[in-house]
Amino acid sequence: MTKIGHNADGLGVLNRFTLTQCLVRLLEHDEAVVAGIGNTNFDLWAAGRRPQNYYMLGSMGLAIPIAFGVALAQPERMVVALEGDGSLLMQLGCLATIGARQPRNLLIVVWDNGAYQITGAQPTASAAATDLVEVARACGIGQSAWVADQADFEQRVQAALSAGGPTLLAARIDTEPAVGSTDRDPVRICDDFMRGLGVTK
Amino acid sequence: MAMTMSLDGTWHSLVLAALREHAFGIVPYVPDRVLTPLLSALAGDRFFTSFACTREEEAIGIATGAWMGGRRGAVLMQTSGFATIPNALASLVVPGRIPLLVFVSERGTLGEFNIGQALVCRTVRPVLYALGIENHTITRLDELAFILDRSIRQALATKAPVVFILSPLLTGGKVFAG
Repeated sequence: MTKIGHNADGLGVLNRFTLTQCLVRLLEHDEAVVAGIGNTNFDLWAAGRRPQNYYMLGSMGLAIPIAFGVALAQPERMVVALEGDGSLLMQLGCLATIGARQPRNLLIVVWDNGAYQITGAQPTASAAATDLVEVARACGIGQSAWVADQADFEQRVQAALSAGGPTLLAARIDTEPAVGSTDRDPVRICDDFMRGLGVTK
Repeated sequence: MAMTMSLDGTWHSLVLAALREHAFGIVPYVPDRVLTPLLSALAGDRFFTSFACTREEEAIGIATGAWMGGRRGAVLMQTSGFATIPNALASLVVPGRIPLLVFVSERGTLGEFNIGQALVCRTVRPVLYALGIENHTITRLDELAFILDRSIRQALATKAPVVFILSPLLTGGKVFAG
C-alpha cells in the first residue's frame, strides 16, 4: 500500500497524551507499561505515575523488546509497550520475533505521527509508504489494527487486555509536543519498576 | 551451592551448567556457528527459554526486561554482533545496573580469514574498557567453570553486567576451509 499523505486513509488524527491518559484509566490489574524514549514516555509520565511504569532514557527502539522480556518473566501479568513510529522503524525485527513467539500477555501500542518529532519533525518512512499495522500482521501478530478514534482505541485496548495476545494497535497522532518530562535517574526508575512488579520488596 | 558438574566436560556443557546453576533461564541470542552446540543444548532443555532474535540489541532489551520482571537473562552473540550493542549497554544495561550475562563467541583472531571480522574484533575490548564493564576472555577449559561461577556471583552481588569472550582457544573457533 502506498500512502499519498499521512492521513490519506481517512483515520482520525488523535492526540498521544489524550490516548495515554485513556490507556492508563483502563489499567485495572497492575499491568506493566514500558514506554519508549522521548515524547512517548514523557506523556506516560504526565498521565500519572504508576509503580508499574518503566520510562526509557535511551536505547531507542527497545521498548517493545523490553516489554516482551517482562512478559516472558511474568506470564500472568499483562504488559503494554508504548512506542513511536520512528523508534519502531529502528527495530522492526522485534515484531518478527514476537510473531514467532506469540506471547499471550503483550499489547503493543504505536503512536504514529509520521515524524521523528523530537529531533525536528523529519518525516519517517511511515509518512510515505510503510504501514506498520500491515508489517505487524505480516510478522504473525494477527491482532493488529489501526484505531479509528478514541472510542475505538478504548474498545480495542479493553479487548486486548482481557484476551490472549499478542496485539498491536496503531494510532495516527498529531504533532503536539509532550505534556511533561520524566525523571532522569535510571537506577530509581528501574528500582521503582521492579518494586511495582513485586520483584523487589 | 556446589557447581553442577557437566556430563561430558565440554565448554558448552559447562556454560549450560553454570546458567542452570544460577537460574539464568531466559537466553535470547543471535546465532553463530561456534555457538551451535550450546544453542542446541539450550533448545533441548526445558529449563531454558531460548530463541533467536533479529538483532543483538533486541536480545539485550529482552533479557533486561526479563530481569526487571524477576527472571535472569543471558545473551549470546558473535564478535561482530557485539559491535552493534554499545548503545544498549551504555544507555540501558550499565546505568540500570542490570546483571546481564553476555557471551561473545570470538572471531577475528587466531586464524581469521575475513578482514572485516578481524577489524571488528579489535573494537570489543576498547568498548568494554570504556564502559567499565567486567569482562573475561576465556581460553582454557579448566578455568571456565570457575570464571563463570565467580563472575556470575559478582554480577548478581554488584548488580553489574559481565561479558565472557569465548576464545577460539576454548571453542576451536571457525576454521578457514579454503
